[in-house]
Amino acid sequence: MNSSLLDALGRIVGPQWVRHRRAELATYAMDGLPTHESIPGVVVMPGSPSEVREIVRLLHLIQVPFVARGAGTGLSGGALAESDAVLITLTRMNRILRVDRIQRRAVVQPGVVNARLSEAVAPLGLQYVPDPSSQAACTVGGNVAENAGGPHCLKYGVTTNHIVSLEVVLPDGSVLRLGSDQGEPWGPDLVGLFVGSEGMFGIATEITVRLEQIPESVRTMLADFTTVRAASEAVSAIIAAGIVPAALEMMDKACVAAVEASIYAAGYPTDAAAVLLVELDGQTDAVGAEALTVKHILLECGAREVRSASTAVDRARLWQGRKKAFGAMGRIAPDLAVQDAVVPRSALPDIMDQIEAIRRHHDLTISNVFHAGDGNLHPNISFDRRDPAVVARVQLACREIMAACVAAGGSITGEHGVGSDKLDYMPWIFDAQTLGAMRAVRRVFDPAERANPGKVFPVHACREWHAVKSARQ
Amino acid sequence: MSDAIFTRLRALLGTSGVDRDANGVARASPDSSDALSLVCRLAHEESWKIRVEGRGTWLPPDAPADLAVSTRALEQIVSVSPADLVATVQAGASLEALRRRLADYGMWLAIDPPGRPDRSIGSVVATATAGPLRHGYGPVRDHVLGCTVATGDGRLVSAGGRVVKNVAGYDLTKLQVGGFGGFGIIADVHLRLRALPRADVTLLARGARDALTSTARELMSAHLLPSALELLSPALAAEADWVLAARFVGTDAAVQSDVRRLGSVSEQHWQPLPADRTAAFWSVAARGSLGGPITLRLGVLGDGIDEAIDLLSHDLDEGLVSAGAGLGMIRWTGDAPLEQLRALRRAAAAREIPMTLERAPWPVRRAIGHFGAYREGVGQIVGRLRDTFDPGQCLSVALEGVDNA
Repeated sequence: MNSSLLDALGRIVGPQWVRHRRAELATYAMDGLPTHESIPGVVVMPGSPSEVREIVRLLHLIQVPFVARGAGTGLSGGALAESDAVLITLTRMNRILRVDRIQRRAVVQPGVVNARLSEAVAPLGLQYVPDPSSQAACTVGGNVAENAGGPHCLKYGVTTNHIVSLEVVLPDGSVLRLGSDQGEPWGPDLVGLFVGSEGMFGIATEITVRLEQIPESVRTMLADFTTVRAASEAVSAIIAAGIVPAALEMMDKACVAAVEASIYAAGYPTDAAAVLLVELDGQTDAVGAEALTVKHILLECGAREVRSASTAVDRARLWQGRKKAFGAMGRIAPDLAVQDAVVPRSALPDIMDQIEAIRRHHDLTISNVFHAGDGNLHPNISFDRRDPAVVARVQLACREIMAACVAAGGSITGEHGVGSDKLDYMPWIFDAQTLGAMRAVRRVFDPAERANPGKVFPVHACREWHAVKSARQ
Repeated sequence: MSDAIFTRLRALLGTSGVDRDANGVARASPDSSDALSLVCRLAHEESWKIRVEGRGTWLPPDAPADLAVSTRALEQIVSVSPADLVATVQAGASLEALRRRLADYGMWLAIDPPGRPDRSIGSVVATATAGPLRHGYGPVRDHVLGCTVATGDGRLVSAGGRVVKNVAGYDLTKLQVGGFGGFGIIADVHLRLRALPRADVTLLARGARDALTSTARELMSAHLLPSALELLSPALAAEADWVLAARFVGTDAAVQSDVRRLGSVSEQHWQPLPADRTAAFWSVAARGSLGGPITLRLGVLGDGIDEAIDLLSHDLDEGLVSAGAGLGMIRWTGDAPLEQLRALRRAAAAREIPMTLERAPWPVRRAIGHFGAYREGVGQIVGRLRDTFDPGQCLSVALEGVDNA
């Protein structure tokens, strides 16, 4: 990056918030996915919305691409910048600006850490529901970009269901306010369009979220099964009974083994083929009654044992293995490729068999921990990226797993996004016309395609949509 | 001109796919998304204006156009997957037919829009007209997993998918939900289903409006989980007083627990509706929105309900009002001259309340638009999005209205 740009950025944010030495930039070369790496040209850390605007206006003036980044916990290589681009890190903008207890709204800056928001509103009896596994580190701004999910999205929905209004800076530096506090779109639903656009439409500088009441009562149950199929059938039976658990998570034998061998050991039975975590919430007596029904269903479907916890401490213990599963897998190998795919829930047992066959074929270690209620899989491959032969097998296995999920009628990502990791898979689920439409929509917000360039869709696979001169306006 | 269009369309779709509407305008009823796409492409090439209609039960079929495109023949319920809680439905399928089919599988779509039960699903999605169940199950957007649309120039775009969680690519579905057909004509939708609830109980309280809104606030701060908490004006409820209707849907245990607690939380006298009258009560309330030529909604927060209804009463009349007393959103139906509607929109905008015109005769839609004026900068984005999805400006839809042009 040339020194005049560094100087100009320094004048906007202060020189201490511009990073350009190679050792400093290396920190930003990856996100949470170890298979993609790219050193940005420069990193700039604005501290306010006006600094973001000024930076983006400057970059518009000189037509330099940029990438917005939160905590860098993403799992799709979505927040990586090439050497010709400026990485705009938003973690300094971490203020919770307003909380409205009555209307259950919070207005936050994009760098607010997900879990911190829930902690801050807990004394008011409220919570911010989307809870990605990285919630202790990931930012709400990143969640907006990726439309992040989490275990509790089964009942409460993903990020897009909890964002009512956004202030965004477009790639030309103009500022828009989208949506309304009420949640009613003001015109077409541009908030819904923006959420999940992976940083390619602009940068959200102020986010208004919907908060939910903390439920009166929560019950967590743990059941273990001798086959994955039986556990999957239990999932379907619970939902068919009209019960919508707050969460419905599954871990396979390899995942349980990793957890139990780690400091996060939660007392899960290591000889089980699958462990199911079911969480119910709501009113105390309703939760009690539904828990009885769920227990009955679990046993009917072949659960060997059903443990139940109601107190916060006991529940946390049951959850610990699930929440820390990714950390526990760190013991197995130096690197972990956390994958993300979705299948219709009824396809779960078959897809698990196929993943096992793919694992055997490539001689890899795969642990499965996933949101069974949504059919959202996370096959996690432990490997060592210093061995190129292993890396090649990992990539091949990921590709085969994706192909199997798409063939089952699913999607290539449920909550991690496409980023740079899944570009090649996009034509598997969208035709050239639809990919062309996505690119045309991106150009509405970013005609020069400078915001997070090269992500989400492979340009060569898009059918061209010619821009028209507007007679409107 | 009309004869020539009629002949061209018949050449494309065959005799059964084309008729004339009451005004003699050629009306195409394609029976597949491909046929829909062909009609749009032809219209685009010939620069014909298209008026979109579903089953003709919500928006009046009166937009000026060279041809009408109806989704009437796109009425297949393509698939229902109870194990996955997903259905794929063509846009012209009636809600009532869908409801019955889903019930056969023990499934349910938790949307209860205003209007007649035979409204097309495409109409509900395109206008994002959620009903009282929005309180517990969210707006229409939360129920739509994906859709296929034909753009104004006849491209078929398939957004989203058939799984409940999906972040592959941009969420183009959101643009179609509540887009009033300005970004294309919906051919089919993938819907998120729920298991048919085991219990469904509605209780009514009657009284002065402010007493009922204050009751609603009490219920919101208690740990009660109604699926609907709707305030109905006397005219809409066909009663002497305002009515607050609390609907509890779910498992027997959850519903019984809520109903037991309802009495202890509020001072109101709650009268349970007999089970055989529940469906009829909500159906009458939904049909009430057809009691006048104009229906609009105001996006207000729960505690702004009283003020917003005062505003309506001041600028229009109390009329047929249905309001989400817990989380907000007000629907008004009646008749009013343009000047009063303009005054209302100005007054609402000054209070940061979005007003969406859901249903009105063409002269009203044309003048003030479904959305009216946008916030600064947003209009250019919306205009460019429309140019993308309808480059020939074939779709006769008044999103903004000439007042705001």
